[in-house]
Amino acid sequence: MSLSLTTVAGMSAGMPLVGDAAAAHAASGFAAYAWLLVAFPLLGAAVLLLGGRRTDSWGPLFATAMSWAAFLVGFGVFLSLLGLGSEERALSLHLFSWVPAGQFQLEAGMLLDPLSVAFVLLVTFVGSLIHVYSLGYMEHDPDKRRFFAYLNLFVAAMLLLVLADSYLLVYVGWEGVGLASYLLIGFWNWNPPYASAANKAFVANRVGDVGMGLAIMAMFWQFGAVDFQTVNAGVANANQGALTVIGLFLLLAACGKSAQFPLQSWLGDAMAGPTPVSALIHAATMVTAGVYLVVRSHAIFDAAPNAQLAVVIVGAITLTYGAIVGCAKDDIKKALAASTMSQIGYMMLAAGLGPVGYAFAIFHLLTHGFFKAGMFLGAGSVMHGMNDKVDMRGFGNLSGVMKITWVTFGLGWLAILGVPPFAGFWSKDKIIEAAFVGEGWRPWVFGMATLIGAGITAFYMSRLFFMTFHGDKRWPKEAHPHESPRTMTVPMIVLAVGSAFLGLILGPTNGILHWLEPVVGGHGQEHHPVIPAIPLMGLTLLVVAGGVALAWMRYWRDAVPRTAPVGSLLTRAARQDLYQDQVNEGVLMRPGIHLTRALVFLDQRGVDGAAGGLAALIGGTSSRLRKVQNGLARSYALTMLLGVVVILGVVWVVQ
Amino acid sequence: MSTALPAAFTPASLDYVALLPVLIVFGAAMLGVLVEAFLPRSARYAAHVGITLVGLVAAMGALAFGAVSHRVATAGLAGVGGAVKGSVIIDGPTLFLQATILLFALLAALSLAERFGGVGADAFTPMGAATPGSPQEAQARKVGAMTAEVFPLFLFSVAGMMLFPAAGDLLTMFVALEVLSLPLYLLCGLARRRRLLSQEAALKYFLLGAFSSAFFLFGTALLYGFAGSVHLTDIAAAIAGQGSALDGLLVPGVLLVLVGLLFKVGAVPFHMWTPDVYQGAPTPVTGFMAAGTKAAAFGAILRFVYVGVDRAAWDWRPALVVVAALTMIVGAVLSVTQTDMKRLLAYSSIAHAGFILVGVLSMERTGVSGVLFYLAAYGLTTIAAFAIVGLVREGGSEATHLSQWTGLGKRHPWTAGVFAFLLLAFAGIPLTSGFTAKFAVFKPALESGTAGAVLVVLGLLCSAITVFVYVRIIVLMYFTESPGDSVAVVEPSVFTTVTVATGTLFTLVLGVAPASVLLLAERASQFIR
Repeated sequence: MSLSLTTVAGMSAGMPLVGDAAAAHAASGFAAYAWLLVAFPLLGAAVLLLGGRRTDSWGPLFATAMSWAAFLVGFGVFLSLLGLGSEERALSLHLFSWVPAGQFQLEAGMLLDPLSVAFVLLVTFVGSLIHVYSLGYMEHDPDKRRFFAYLNLFVAAMLLLVLADSYLLVYVGWEGVGLASYLLIGFWNWNPPYASAANKAFVANRVGDVGMGLAIMAMFWQFGAVDFQTVNAGVANANQGALTVIGLFLLLAACGKSAQFPLQSWLGDAMAGPTPVSALIHAATMVTAGVYLVVRSHAIFDAAPNAQLAVVIVGAITLTYGAIVGCAKDDIKKALAASTMSQIGYMMLAAGLGPVGYAFAIFHLLTHGFFKAGMFLGAGSVMHGMNDKVDMRGFGNLSGVMKITWVTFGLGWLAILGVPPFAGFWSKDKIIEAAFVGEGWRPWVFGMATLIGAGITAFYMSRLFFMTFHGDKRWPKEAHPHESPRTMTVPMIVLAVGSAFLGLILGPTNGILHWLEPVVGGHGQEHHPVIPAIPLMGLTLLVVAGGVALAWMRYWRDAVPRTAPVGSLLTRAARQDLYQDQVNEGVLMRPGIHLTRALVFLDQRGVDGAAGGLAALIGGTSSRLRKVQNGLARSYALTMLLGVVVILGVVWVVQ
Repeated sequence: MSTALPAAFTPASLDYVALLPVLIVFGAAMLGVLVEAFLPRSARYAAHVGITLVGLVAAMGALAFGAVSHRVATAGLAGVGGAVKGSVIIDGPTLFLQATILLFALLAALSLAERFGGVGADAFTPMGAATPGSPQEAQARKVGAMTAEVFPLFLFSVAGMMLFPAAGDLLTMFVALEVLSLPLYLLCGLARRRRLLSQEAALKYFLLGAFSSAFFLFGTALLYGFAGSVHLTDIAAAIAGQGSALDGLLVPGVLLVLVGLLFKVGAVPFHMWTPDVYQGAPTPVTGFMAAGTKAAAFGAILRFVYVGVDRAAWDWRPALVVVAALTMIVGAVLSVTQTDMKRLLAYSSIAHAGFILVGVLSMERTGVSGVLFYLAAYGLTTIAAFAIVGLVREGGSEATHLSQWTGLGKRHPWTAGVFAFLLLAFAGIPLTSGFTAKFAVFKPALESGTAGAVLVVLGLLCSAITVFVYVRIIVLMYFTESPGDSVAVVEPSVFTTVTVATGTLFTLVLGVAPASVLLLAERASQFIR
């Protein structure tokens, strides 16, 4: 635990700063305008939603402009942070007094530190590119105004999530992105499966949100506050059991949002949304919010090793799970979704490793944001050219007709494989390396999981790439695959360039490690993996090469059947997402239904019976009492007199 | 206390600034009498409405001036010899209640003045003296006669209500009681439609009111026998001194005076008049009566109980606890089977009287502020609710039977929506003033001891019963198909609109952001002893 006290205090925001030299500085200069980050896209969403049909013509452009404006602000904030010493890179921006409830004072504020600004840059840059892409992709959709409004809403909520300085405000952003995600998955909700996919995502996310809510309540109970500064400062004196509980609740929240085991089932179905949405929300940004949450709460996890272990286990299971499922999917988007799940598993695992892994988790998150978004946009481009077909068995040899898509997708493919010098090599291999650090059984189990995962990743991504762009033509004659318009290809090119070089810029220079150091502490260079780093790198590359070779043999060299073969038991299981829906149904839904039925029965017989009986009693009494009210003044007067006599009589007797 | 006459006549010193609001209302009422006598018929309506509204607003201004600049809240009106032993005491609770009553009166006056395009106030008969259905009545209607004297009567009643909680001795209290009651008896009998019901209601109210006044006077006599004075402070001193040979007179005296006062608020078993009178009286009068009389009478109860006889609380409190419990139960249970909207609201007002009594019985200063808040909140909601009841008509007359309200939500979503909101306030649903008010009276009661806690539990159970009643009406309005659309909401003039809007707005504001009014009630909750 190389976490220094300064670092902990450096995460503060929104609190009185008097006499606390180490606390975050109040933002000044350009950083004081950081609220515009959220305000711009929010304004865009508001204008488009409230403006109605009048904004149809210029609304999408306006939304795109708002997103770029947010990027410019984010870049300005980044520059102003860069201008500060690394220990001073934590600025707080007080927004307003949110919950002034007696002793519980909650300020709504923003925290501008390297971690949040890294996210801001990712979200606004990739988000803006995807806005541009959507201009082309959604051009013929009659309802694209609503689409752009939701996209802007998402960007605003996501920025609020990462910029918040308290868990409660994070929760607001958390729910905001969940809402935007729900609205966008179900954007084409006239199609019942799409609508039910949105509902599925909604329900799975609610389970995670319960965790978030419980975590916040537990924090309030333990620390008396929910802002980062107080919570982090209170960790030192907190009961470890409580910290473990909080950590597990946070992990549950992260599992829901990031589609980690056991709440992973919604992500595949979420591909029902328009492809730009899949790229932005369900690949690059929102689904990584769970990783952000864990890294942001690193003080809690560092002090609760059991919760940390749980994070690693969840990450390891999910990365293997996603990789296996990815091997069997023929739907290009679902294969990418499985890959996303698996890659986030890597990040989660890294985040659970502690200080040795935090920076790499975020690093991989950033590079993944680029290459996965790029590949999703590539997939969208392919679908655009193939009349919205998604079955890869109907593709093949598209490299000739869609050159730009092919090259940009290829760069993303190389990046995710971890081929040097592309982005994934610098981030993913570091995670594999970090997973091998430690003592006892852990480095071997988790290290091997990441290593094997890398091999499977290489196989299924190559399978996807070869099935789509190489091998024999399998598309029907009436399909006329064509390259997409400039608004779509330019963002793909930009992201591909990022996939290629982002790792090279941030990795070998240790730029990302230094940048994040004020937040997550030292990066653990002093640790040594159980297998020395250089042989491990060679081994990884060997495994990856093996995966690629296998895929080449089966999906490029050999002919790919148009209809999927029956396949082995494992293949069939993987096609069914390893029976996750069936498991959910058997383990959760059926008992739930039976429980509800039992409760309904109890409610009708017991509760309603009692309530009904009571109501009948009251009603009956009421009807009888009503007869006393006979309308005769003399009987009224008699009642009064009776009352007086009884009262006086009783008082007289008692005294 | 010396009962001998003072050696020389000492003129009472009067603080005219403190008295000004009451005097203005009395003055406006007198002016109204002159208008009725001397102005031609055609000019009367406008003159009356003008005088009434101007008078009430002026009284409010005077009250605000007195409360803010003159600091009358801390000074009693000196009685004999300069001691704070006045007949009229203008202190915090008085100021709060007078302001509340003036606000009620202003809203009620607007509701009263509603014409729906006719010549005179729509709710009142053109000729009160004519036998219902007689040729004279038809003649009066033909020539466009109207009973414009309702406005001065109304103002007299308002003045009585303002004086009632300020009365520092039992005789002044009795005078105020009669000043507020007599005009009300008359107003109750002047309904334009269903006149026989209205006249019957007026007569019942008068008879039973006279009956209860007798109890009040008898109790006063007993207390005079006990203390040798009718001043509340003297009675309090006598209880503290325990020097009287006639100790036995104290508790019966207190209870009999309370009977007179509890009659006015409609507490069980002195409530029997309430449903009949509420149903029979012209609807704007019902609203005013339900809000204003309750506020004034509870003000008087508070003063009598907290200033006069609080030291003997052990003796009379059990009886009042039983009354409060019965009031809540009977009000809530009987409202379940009501089929007439006005009767239903009457039973609701009985239940509310029980809830307020729970606050009174806490015998804490916080209880006083809770009761003050409750009175203001309940009154504003009630006036608005009765104003809406007056708007729902079938064939020109008010559609007060519940079955006539079915499906109203579909045809008149705004009216039904506002009424549903007011009903939720009666039920005490959060974010309405009803919730804040119930909280304000139940909290001190809960802290006051076992009896208070039992009453609070009972109060919550009764609230649950009343929720059923109110929600049933909402279901009726929104989820029941109506057989026809003969029932309609008449287009209200700006008068009724202002009344309903103000009442609803207060209901909302006092539910969402009640802090300032709660603070005001708390600051005004100290009686001058």
